[in-house]
Amino acid sequence: MSVGVGVSLLGTFIILRRMALVGDALSHVALPGIALASIYKFNPFIGAVALLLFAVLAITFLERHSSLPIDALVGVFFTASLGIGALLSPSAESLLEALFGDIRDLNIIDAEIAVVVGVLVVVATLILFRDFTHLTLSRELAHSEGVAVERTELIFLFLLAIMIAIGIRIIGTLLIGALVIIPASVAKNISVSLRGMAVISVIVGIVTVVAGSAIAASFQLVPGPVITVVAATFFLLSLLVRRS
Amino acid sequence: MKLVEVKDLSVTIGKTTVLDHLSFTVEEGDVIAIIGPNGAGKTMLLRTLLGTVPYEGKITWHKVPIIGYVPQKFHFDHTFPLTVEELFLMKKGGPSFWLPADDLRSDIKKALSHTEVENLAQRKIGDLSSGQMQRVFIAYGLFGSPELLLFDEPTAGIDIGAEMNVYSLLKEIAQELNLTMLLVSHELSVVYTYAKKVICLNKTIACFGEPKKVLTPEQLQSLYGVGADFYHHDH
Repeated sequence: MSVGVGVSLLGTFIILRRMALVGDALSHVALPGIALASIYKFNPFIGAVALLLFAVLAITFLERHSSLPIDALVGVFFTASLGIGALLSPSAESLLEALFGDIRDLNIIDAEIAVVVGVLVVVATLILFRDFTHLTLSRELAHSEGVAVERTELIFLFLLAIMIAIGIRIIGTLLIGALVIIPASVAKNISVSLRGMAVISVIVGIVTVVAGSAIAASFQLVPGPVITVVAATFFLLSLLVRRS
Repeated sequence: MKLVEVKDLSVTIGKTTVLDHLSFTVEEGDVIAIIGPNGAGKTMLLRTLLGTVPYEGKITWHKVPIIGYVPQKFHFDHTFPLTVEELFLMKKGGPSFWLPADDLRSDIKKALSHTEVENLAQRKIGDLSSGQMQRVFIAYGLFGSPELLLFDEPTAGIDIGAEMNVYSLLKEIAQELNLTMLLVSHELSVVYTYAKKVICLNKTIACFGEPKKVLTPEQLQSLYGVGADFYHHDH
């Protein structure tokens, strides 16, 4: 649930920055790291984080020194990494396993990592909420308000990268994508202020995870897809609320 | 007392030189108008002082001021669900953003009342008209005890009657609080009435000094081209 809170809070800015699918694309950047971990027998989480951090630093550097927008740069890294990852992966099965984790396979260490990371993402996002808002609204205004724009941008992408690494290995790319995008989209549909959007996004994130897990347990289904369907249901309801 | 010294400042975007070896000094309490034709580099000069643009040369701040900035045009996603009050709360940071005290909320209303938009506090900024937006931003620039105001054509989009009220207000506040103000304006009447000094910019500095002394008809014609003129009457 801590991951749900963390990602749905950070998701507020991901939606407002129109980066909804950047997170999804970035998840594939970790593939070569996971493949190398599988070949050299070390923890895939370390491989994923290392590759994601490298990609985030490289993307930030190129964004400053080229005229390309961030989604194009992520696209370049995404396709190149997918190619390298596919070449390095020992088998197609391990590639699929790398892309779609399963929350039921969670061992105690993975669960502890997920909790700690979720709490860290929440704390960091709350501390930097003002700076992230400035950055999302206008870089020029952020500068005039004394926000360290480049550093804040880097921290934002770093948090996104850590969250994606967790998603890949622990709760699955599908679920992490759904939790980043859907609660914040629901909140944007029905909120009248930024604070309202952040609070609603977190509440929808929590309710989605709890309700989805309970339904999955009752019907002995895989939790990830059920949580995603519950989130999508909330999204449909939010469209109705918005219309009314 | 000097606030900032600019020496040999040049800005190049791609292969185009936008600002070419500018040198000038801003004293504390100065109200400086920046005038010049389109593409003269007026906005770029403000952005360079803000630190958002890479430059060559030297900008020496003798004191790091709290800056109140009002952009000429504010580009943002109009679906961004930020209210006017939240925009102001962002200046304060910390927990006050989430749970603002009554005092802070009334300070925000007071700031908004300077430009007669206190009724817009709970509106989303994306729902405002361009005139309302500009008024909100002038109030935003003045909020939070700034020491230096950088205003880029602050009254663009505001009707003429209100425009002069805004300039009177800015002059009053600048004098009362000894603020320093750099103001981009196309209105020469504004420059004569409200500015202590003027920078005539056309990539380089064509003139710098008191408006009455440096804004000669010849200077204006060379800056804006043949046909430009302005008759100033002392009252």
